[in-house]
Amino acid sequence: MDSMTIIAVASIVTAGMTTGIGVLGPALGEGRAVATALSSLAQQPDASATITRTLFVGLAMIESTAIYCFVVSMILMFANPFWNSVIAHAAGK
Amino acid sequence: MRLSPDQLVLWQHGAFKLNATIAYTWCLMFALAAGSKLITRRLSFAPERSRWQNFLEIIVTGIEQQIEAVGLSRPRSYLPFLGTLFLLLATAALCTIIPGYEPPTASLSTTAALALCVLVAVPLFGILERGLGSYLASYLQPTVIMLPFNIISEFSRTLALAVRLFGNMMSGSMIIAILLTLTPFFFPLVMTLLGLLTGMVQAYIFSILAAVYIAAATRTSELARQPRAAGPGPGPGPGPGSGPGSGADASSDEHT
Repeated sequence: MDSMTIIAVASIVTAGMTTGIGVLGPALGEGRAVATALSSLAQQPDASATITRTLFVGLAMIESTAIYCFVVSMILMFANPFWNSVIAHAAGK
Repeated sequence: MRLSPDQLVLWQHGAFKLNATIAYTWCLMFALAAGSKLITRRLSFAPERSRWQNFLEIIVTGIEQQIEAVGLSRPRSYLPFLGTLFLLLATAALCTIIPGYEPPTASLSTTAALALCVLVAVPLFGILERGLGSYLASYLQPTVIMLPFNIISEFSRTLALAVRLFGNMMSGSMIIAILLTLTPFFFPLVMTLLGLLTGMVQAYIFSILAAVYIAAATRTSELARQPRAAGPGPGPGPGPGSGPGSGADASSDEHT
């Protein structure tokens, strides 16, 4: 395998694995957060405004880790700096 | 495939490029400013009001109540900044129902600029509210050892704000573009609906997080004097991550 193929394979495989594995943790965390928020909503419906707002803010915090993984894999697939430099190198040769 | 509307250049003259991000941001700014100007041209205190005035009043008072609920005691002084953020982001997300439109928030430049505004505004409001010395002393809370971490958290939360909004909006348009090639007719429609919901939630979250950061910067000393106050505001935590979380924990502990 020449270096071009290695870079392409590594980028594609890593892009898939980044989102696939990176989403596991946030998914579990969000599930726990929503479950806890639902049970506390059932216990005290009066505090629903506070609970919902805090839930949204907390979910956004948790979700941003998954979004980071997604952005990294998008960069690997569509704006890969290593791939671009290889292409530029091959074009210049 | 385009990663962001930055790469769609509409007009070019020499080194001057006009890409889709700038053009759509200008359109949104014009629509928001002209719409507000048109509506507020004839304001009335009478019981009979135009429906547009009612519409605007609902939005403004709604934003004001949300800001107050976060724990900022005088929402009027923060309303221009936070309200503008929310309105711009919400309009940018809502306009995706227009064909051919791409949300300018799907570009990292826009979201980074907005997050930088928040980065500047938080110390500004903190200093205005509490004075320079008191604000700077809040970086030394709870101990001096936390100083580098407090400074790092200022920047990392700015990065998080920018990348979160960018990732959400970009993934919405990206998923629709990918689905259009796979299942052209019906399924992208459902994802567009989901994208509308995500866009509104993200606009809400961006402005609420900005409000929470400002509240944490302006209220720390007040809460430190009376620990575990029963207010709805965020806790006295120094970091941004611990700000909303600890406040919620405290209040929910008290309720249970």
